[in-house]
Amino acid sequence: MSSTGPSDTGPLAPARRWTMWLPLALFALFVALVAYGLLWPASKEVPSRFVGQALPEFDLPPAAAGRPGLKRSDLADGKPRLLNVFASWCIPCAVESPQLARLAAAGIEIDGVAVRDRKADLAGFLERNGNPYRRIGADDRSIVQVGIGSSGVPETYLIDGRGVIRYQHIGEIRPEHIPLLLDKLKEAGL
Amino acid sequence: MSGIKAKHQRLVLVLIALAALIAAALLAAWALRNQASYFYLPADLVARPPETGRAVRLGGMVQAGSLKTAPDGVTVHFVVGDGKARVPVTFTGIVPDLFKEGSGVVAEGRIAADGTFMADNLLAKHDEKYVPREMKDMTEAQAREAVKETS
Amino acid sequence: MIAELGLATLWLAAALALLQLIAGALALTARGTGFVGVVRPSAVVQGGLALLSFLALIMVFVQTDLSVKLVAANSPSAKPLMYKIAGAWANHEGSMLLWVTVMGLAGGFVALVEKRLPERTMLATLAGQAFVSLGFYAFLLFASNPFERLNPVPVEGQGLNPLLQDPGLAFHPPTLYLGYVGLSIAFSFAIGALVTREVGPAFARAMRPWVLGAWIFLTLGITAGSYWAYYELGWGGWWFWDPVENASLMPWLAATALLHSCSVLAARNALRAWTVMLGVVAFSMSMVGTFLVRSGILTSVHAFAVDPQRGTFILALLAIYIGGALTLFALRAGTVTEGERFAVTSRESARVANNVMLTGSLGIILLGTLYPLFTEAFGEKVSVGPPYFNPMTAIFVVPMLAVLAIGPLLRWRRDSFGRVRAILLIPAALLVICGVIAVVLAPGKVLPIIGLALAPALAVASILPLRGRDLRRVKLPVWGMVMAHFGVAVSLFGMASDSAFTTERLVAVRVGETTEVGPWQIRLARIEPVAGPNWTALEAVLEARYKGAAPVFTHPQSRTFWAPVQNTAESALLTRWNGQLYTVLGEQAAGDRWQLRLWWKPFVPMIWLGGVLIALGGLLALLGRVASDVKRLVARDKIAYRRERQGR
Repeated sequence: MSSTGPSDTGPLAPARRWTMWLPLALFALFVALVAYGLLWPASKEVPSRFVGQALPEFDLPPAAAGRPGLKRSDLADGKPRLLNVFASWCIPCAVESPQLARLAAAGIEIDGVAVRDRKADLAGFLERNGNPYRRIGADDRSIVQVGIGSSGVPETYLIDGRGVIRYQHIGEIRPEHIPLLLDKLKEAGL
Repeated sequence: MSGIKAKHQRLVLVLIALAALIAAALLAAWALRNQASYFYLPADLVARPPETGRAVRLGGMVQAGSLKTAPDGVTVHFVVGDGKARVPVTFTGIVPDLFKEGSGVVAEGRIAADGTFMADNLLAKHDEKYVPREMKDMTEAQAREAVKETS
Repeated sequence: MIAELGLATLWLAAALALLQLIAGALALTARGTGFVGVVRPSAVVQGGLALLSFLALIMVFVQTDLSVKLVAANSPSAKPLMYKIAGAWANHEGSMLLWVTVMGLAGGFVALVEKRLPERTMLATLAGQAFVSLGFYAFLLFASNPFERLNPVPVEGQGLNPLLQDPGLAFHPPTLYLGYVGLSIAFSFAIGALVTREVGPAFARAMRPWVLGAWIFLTLGITAGSYWAYYELGWGGWWFWDPVENASLMPWLAATALLHSCSVLAARNALRAWTVMLGVVAFSMSMVGTFLVRSGILTSVHAFAVDPQRGTFILALLAIYIGGALTLFALRAGTVTEGERFAVTSRESARVANNVMLTGSLGIILLGTLYPLFTEAFGEKVSVGPPYFNPMTAIFVVPMLAVLAIGPLLRWRRDSFGRVRAILLIPAALLVICGVIAVVLAPGKVLPIIGLALAPALAVASILPLRGRDLRRVKLPVWGMVMAHFGVAVSLFGMASDSAFTTERLVAVRVGETTEVGPWQIRLARIEPVAGPNWTALEAVLEARYKGAAPVFTHPQSRTFWAPVQNTAESALLTRWNGQLYTVLGEQAAGDRWQLRLWWKPFVPMIWLGGVLIALGGLLALLGRVASDVKRLVARDKIAYRRERQGR
C-alpha cells in the first residue's frame, strides 16, 4: 500500500479530466431548462386567449354604497375604459390605488369587479385607498373573474367601446405602467 | 501491498459506482414517467381515460347543483365539468374552505372502474396556506385553467 | 429617515464588497501585496454595515412606518411586536436583505477568526465571498429595494397571513437562512482553494467548522419546518415533497455529504477534488433552491416574487456564480493532485459510499423537483409526489443507512470485515428480529417494514463506536457523531412507525356522541365559540380517553381571521410518550353533526426528536472542533513566544 501518491498517472487519469466538466454540463442543462421556463412561461399567463374576445354576458349587483353594480352593457357604451378586478383583502390592490387615482383624474373611466369581498371590508378599503371607480360589481363567486380569464387580483382589462377586451394587465399597476395603459387606451380609440 | 492492486481495486469500485448511478438514473426516468401524476381536464379524462388506479389530477368547475353530502356526513359527491364533459367525483374528508359549487377545483386521485373519480385530496398541495397574497387566487387560478381550455 | 439610513448603509456595504473583491484580487497578483491589509478589514466592516441596514429595516417595521412600501404591504399597525419584527423578513425584499446580511456577517467573521488557511487562499476566499455578495447587493439595490417609499402614505398596512403568525414560523426563515447562506463560506473556501491550488488537510480543517455550523442550522430549520407543516396544515402529514421543502432538503444533503468528505480530507488527505466540488455544490443548491422557490417558476401561485424580471436576475446570478465556480473547478480540479490511497474496506470507502448515496438522493430529488418544468416545455402538466420520491430516495437511503451502521466501526486506510463481523452480529440479529415483527404487525407495507427493521439495529450500531472505550476520554466530535447517527435512527423509527401504524378516523358526530380512533375513545363534549386577538373560532371540546383511562381534553378549532379574511383549521395535538393524537374540526354537516378528522400516530414525535438529536450531535462536534482549534492556536502562540524569548 503506497502511502504517498501524488501521481496523476493512474489508469483513471484521462477519464478524470473529462469528468471534471460533467458538473458544469449538468448545470448548463439546468440553466437552459429554467431559462426556457422563465422566458416562455407555458401556462402561467394566458391573457392572449381573451384579448380580442368580447366580454361574456353578466350582471353583478352593486358592491359598495353610492356606486351602481356592473353589467356587460355598461361596458359597451362606445367609450374605451378600464375594468379593474380587485379585492379589499389583496395587498397589491392597495399598492396600485394611487395609479388608479391618477388614471381616473386623467379622465379615464374605471369600473371595478370586487372579487369575493365583504361589503364592510370593501367600504373600509375604499375609504383608505380612495375610490376611482364609477361602478363596482360584487363578484362573490369569481364567476366574472374566471369568465374573463383573470388568474388573480389585481388585474386590469382595457375594454373598447364595443365590449371587447383589448389588453390585459396582470398584477398591480405601477407608475411605470401608466404610459403604456394610456397608449393602449388611445389605440382603442379614446 | 502493490500500488497496482490498489489502483485496480479503485477502478473496480469506480466502475461499480458508475454502473449503479446509471442504473439509478434509468430507474428514475422510468419512475418519473410512471409515477408523475398528469393533469386532466374533464374532456380529456372522458376522451382518453387513464388506466384505473393510476394517480392523476382532475381540474375543472364544480357544477352548480351537483354537490351532495352522503348520509355519513363526511363523504361528498359532486360533478366536475369544463363545459364539454362532466366527471362525477367522490371525496371523503374535510373539504377546503373555498370549495363551493361554481368554484374551480383540482382533485388528486384516481379513476374507478365505474368511471367515478375517487379523490384523495381536493385543491393542490400549494393551497392558500403558504402565502397570503395568493390565498384567494388559488381556486381561481385553477378554475382559469379549466376555463381557458374551454373558451 | 431610518429607511434612508438603511438604504445608505446598504449602498456602503455594497461599495465595501466591491473594494474587498478588487483588493483581494489585486493582492493575489505579484505587485499587489500592498492591498493585502485592506481585505480583511473591509470584509469585517462590510458585514457590520449589512447588519446595520438589516437592523434599520427591523426598526422601520417595529415603528410601522407605513410610508415604506414594504411595511405597508406586510404589516398592520395592530400586531404583536414579535410579528412586527418577523414581518421584516416575511417577504421577498426583507428576506433577500437577511440573505446578504448573513453573507456579510459570515464573511466578516471568517476574516476575523480564520487564521489556519494560507494567506493567499484566505485572500482568494474573501474575494470570492465578496464577489458572490456583490451580485446579491445588486439584486437588492436594483431589483428589490426593501426601503422603497410609498406616496401617498396609506393609513393602514396589510396583514400577514394568519398561518404565518406563529412563533415557530417567525424564526424559522432566519434559521434556514443561516444554514443556506452559511454554506456560502464553504463555497468561497472552495473557490479560494481552487484559485491557489491549495487543497489539503489544512483547508478541510478550516472549512469544517463553518460547514458544521451551517449544517446545524439547516437541520434545525428543516426539522422545525416539517413540524410546522405537520401541525399547522391539518393534513396529518409531516413531509409533502413540496418544492419548498425540497429546496431546503437538497442543500442539507449536499452539506451532509460535504461534512463527511471534509473529515476524510482533514484526517487522511484524500478525496480532494470531490470535497472541493461538494463545497461548490452545497451553496449552489442553496441558491438553486431559493431561486426555484422565489422565481415562481415551479409554483406560479406560491412564491413571493412572481416577477419574471426578478427571476431572470437571480438566474443570471446563478449562471455567473455556479457556472463560474464549476468552470474553475473543471479547469483546476484536474491539477489538484490525487490524495492518499485507501483500501476498499476502510473508513474512507464507507465515507465515499455515504457520499455517493447522499449525492444520489440529491440528484433524485432535484430531478423530481424539476421534472414538471421539463414536461411543461412539451405542453404536458404533471406533478411529482410521494409515489416517485418515496421509493426512489429509499433506493439510496437504505444502503446509506447500512453504511452508516458499519462505517464508523472501520479503521482508516485499511481494514477487514472479519474484524468487525463479530461486533456487527448484535445489530444484524436485531435487524432480523425487528424485521420479522414488523412484517407481522404491518404486513405488505414495504418501506415502513424496512424502516422499522433498520431503526433499532441502527440505534445500537450507532453506539457501537463507543464500545471498549474510556468514555471520559472520548472526544466531543465522536460523541457528536454517535448522537447524530443515533438521531437518524430515532427519526427513522418515527417515520416508519407513522406510516405503518397510523390509524385515521373521519366521522360526522353530534355533540355527546363518541367515536374511536386506535386506542382512543373520543367524545364530542361541546362546540363553543371563542375569540382571539384577530380571529374568532368555533372550538370543539373533545374528551379523549386512552384505553378507558381518565379523560383528557383537547380543543381543535375552526378559525376565521379577519384582515385578511381567512378560515383555517387549527389542529389540536395530544402527546403521549408513545405517540400523538391529532384532531381536526371540519365543517358542520347535515343534522347537527360536526366533521371530525382524527389520527392516532404512534411514536410520530420521534421524527422531530431525531432531528433535534442530529442537530445537537452537530453542535457537540462543532464545540469539540472549535475547542481543539483554540487549544492548538494557544499552543502555537506559546511556542512562538518561547522561540522569540530564546532568540533574544
